[in-house]
Amino acid sequence: MGLEAKLNGDGFFVTKIEAIINWARKNSVYPMPMGISCCAIEMMASADPKYDIARFGSEVMRFTPRQCDLMIVAGTVTYKMSHVVKKIYDQMPDPKWVIAMGACTSTGGMYRSYSVVQGIDQFLPVDVYVAGCPPRPDNLLNALIHIQDKIGKTRPKDFQNLKLPELNVIQNN
Amino acid sequence: MELKELIQQKLKDNFTEASFEFSEFRNELSVKLNKKYILQVCKFLKENSDLEFLLCEDITAVDWATRKNRFTVVYHIFSIKNNFRLVLKSDVDESESIIDSVSSVWKTSDWQERECYDMYGIRFNNHPDLRRIYMPEEFEYHPLRKDFPLMGIPGSLPLPKK
Repeated sequence: MGLEAKLNGDGFFVTKIEAIINWARKNSVYPMPMGISCCAIEMMASADPKYDIARFGSEVMRFTPRQCDLMIVAGTVTYKMSHVVKKIYDQMPDPKWVIAMGACTSTGGMYRSYSVVQGIDQFLPVDVYVAGCPPRPDNLLNALIHIQDKIGKTRPKDFQNLKLPELNVIQNN
Repeated sequence: MELKELIQQKLKDNFTEASFEFSEFRNELSVKLNKKYILQVCKFLKENSDLEFLLCEDITAVDWATRKNRFTVVYHIFSIKNNFRLVLKSDVDESESIIDSVSSVWKTSDWQERECYDMYGIRFNNHPDLRRIYMPEEFEYHPLRKDFPLMGIPGSLPLPKK
């Protein structure tokens, strides 16, 4: 079973460091649960035993951005909230990925109004959009698999010479 | 005497100089009054031992857009003792969109008046802390006014840099 069964002979094999880092990285994605509204309920459901996000190594939802590399933005992002989301995203260490979960997050959804950002790609680099209102947990897991595929294809030079985000301090009372 | 008649009688007796317009819709009484009496009337309705309107459920406004008195401020108050709901309405004109705050009568009306100020731009006299409650403080418009476009005014709400 598992890794040991694949190892023949003396128990070592030759691979590229890039491949093994990607393999480790994509099977231990730590999500930052940015649960803003009802999509967060489905995101929680994806962590329960029925859907079990732990099968993909992503069960450690850290409620601090500093330990996460995947931000799941689950819910309606208003203009007022957008600054908070960006602030939390900026605190996540590189490399990092973003899932826009649900119709509201991806396009504004049914909130076609003055207060809701019509798609978070206006201020965040989104990797995977998830359709649905709210999406089923399976759909979120599908998005996670897409993220894993994307991580599997990264190469070290993708992360070199990255610019640090500009700091902008917002004073909120 | 039925409670509706009692309220009308008491208001007429205690505020002889004010003119009230009473109307009824689906068995609920509403009272229209001049805005300069609003604070006194609210205080009276709360403190009178027969009425005891202890609960201020909602304060909101209506924008009539082209009418002479553009806004109507609406107060929904409830008497737990009598299980009775009353609506108070008061007209406010755009040129002088200011009305007395009732936050000295009901503490809850503090935030309700802030919401009303945020959404309609109606100011409240003697309010302890009249700031916007939903929109960012540097926002210049009042979104629930009829002349505010549904999708907002482009650039009025800043987004973070990408």
